[in-house]
Amino acid sequence: MRCPCLQESCNCCIQAVDACVEFDNFLALDSVSFAIPKGGLTGVVGPNGGGKSTLFNALAGLQPIVHGTILINGLPPGNAHGEISYVPQRERVNWRFPLSVRDVVSLGTSTSGSFLKNLGFGDDALIEESLRKVDMWKNRDELVSNLSGGQRQRAFIARALTQEANILLLDEAFSGVDIASQEGVINVLRTLRDEGKTILVATHDLNTLSNRFDYVLCINRHICAHGEPGSVFTKDVLIELYGSHGEMFADHQIGQHTHGA
Amino acid sequence: MVLDTIFEPFQYQFMIRALIVCISVGVICPVFGAHVINREMGFMGDALSHAVLPGIVAAYVIGLNPLAGAVPMGIVVALLIGFIVKKANISHDTSIGILFTGLFALGLILLSVLGGTGLNLEHILLGQVLSTSTTDVYVTLVLSVFTLVLMILLHKQMVFVGFDYQGAVVAGLPAARINYLLLVLLSIVIVVTLQVVGIILVVAMLITPAAAASLITRRFSRVILVGVIFGVLAAVVGLYLSYQFNLPSGPSIALTSTAIFAFAFLKRWQTNRGAGDA
Repeated sequence: MRCPCLQESCNCCIQAVDACVEFDNFLALDSVSFAIPKGGLTGVVGPNGGGKSTLFNALAGLQPIVHGTILINGLPPGNAHGEISYVPQRERVNWRFPLSVRDVVSLGTSTSGSFLKNLGFGDDALIEESLRKVDMWKNRDELVSNLSGGQRQRAFIARALTQEANILLLDEAFSGVDIASQEGVINVLRTLRDEGKTILVATHDLNTLSNRFDYVLCINRHICAHGEPGSVFTKDVLIELYGSHGEMFADHQIGQHTHGA
Repeated sequence: MVLDTIFEPFQYQFMIRALIVCISVGVICPVFGAHVINREMGFMGDALSHAVLPGIVAAYVIGLNPLAGAVPMGIVVALLIGFIVKKANISHDTSIGILFTGLFALGLILLSVLGGTGLNLEHILLGQVLSTSTTDVYVTLVLSVFTLVLMILLHKQMVFVGFDYQGAVVAGLPAARINYLLLVLLSIVIVVTLQVVGIILVVAMLITPAAAASLITRRFSRVILVGVIFGVLAAVVGLYLSYQFNLPSGPSIALTSTAIFAFAFLKRWQTNRGAGDA
């Protein structure tokens, strides 16, 4: 298989070629092809119902593809469990469980296969390191259900760190997270990217994008554009993504407000 | 002497046997109950306890210990419920409701046709811990230790799957199999509990002590520990009251469990009101 990045020798860790996902005769993903090189912070953007979560589920092996190929570090997603850490949408988590931040982070070591770690012995150092990295060490004894949106995201990122996977998928990472806290989450993700992690963040919020991500992948059932933020957000792409009112966004250059006439 | 009065019931062998079974049930029920209340599986627990009736009757008819019929029956029903919920395009509640009423009715018919006079429906429905045999005690201890050890070893996996199913799958946990295992272990716990409070009142031991604990403390591991204290307290105090006041033991234990919940509820309410005033 030729990698969609078209380089002679590439270091792509996520490769998708003509990948299709179908729900009840509805093509949720239509021949999606793209490649994500190792390292880098990619924003996956598109309208609600545009297939962002479906794409993440397909990459994570939660959703089978009906056509095409997806490879994670060269493996089909179903065989690549453990290569990826997944931070689900808020609605997908059962917040009824009264778990502390530390409890949630320690779940990440439950896949180690070690009964001692499973019982909570011998993973203290890793958990503390992960919590400090996302600046949640001081909140370790708080219940996750009581945290703000940004703190929850950081707690889940810390859990992903204890899983020691190199690819991180965050689904709708900024929904319910206020602007100030979004900055905190992004800073944590940038630090991880600098350490070599490959990070994909799904968001329907265009305003968060401009200079926060290294790359942007625009998806509305198919890939509309993929590249650096500045080159991707053309008028045509925005119309393809959001319909004709996308023009509004194009004129209203992201991050460059002009007030009044 | 006061102590003599307190220990008076336990000079009888049947009370010692009942006490051992009650303590076992008091310990294991909240360990599972903590998962049941957070996964909203209370109805599932109720259904499992009703659905094992044909197994109990069948075991009796062929001359086996009731547990020998109820344990395999519970496991089959647990897997069947899991399967139907997954495959049938009807809601969770509906498929569980259909299966459990059907099997319970089958059990009642079998009891009426084959059971003769030897099997007492009231004992099956409301518990008969005072007539526990030595075999029952051994089987109860083995099954309790078995389920308890597995739950301790798989604690994190069980929590991960219940809290964040998708995250657990992606992390590489066999989440579907872990959920089936929880159901199978739960069915064993329910069958053990049947002896104490009967089919109808199983839920009073399964969810009530854990729910009371969740009002007192807000950490999952502590909910389990406090729940175990409440569970043992309910079973032992209920058994004792049943002896002293000549009450039916199952309802007495179930009611004590409910009283502990009421106490926890009032304490929580008082605390909240206090916090509100401050």
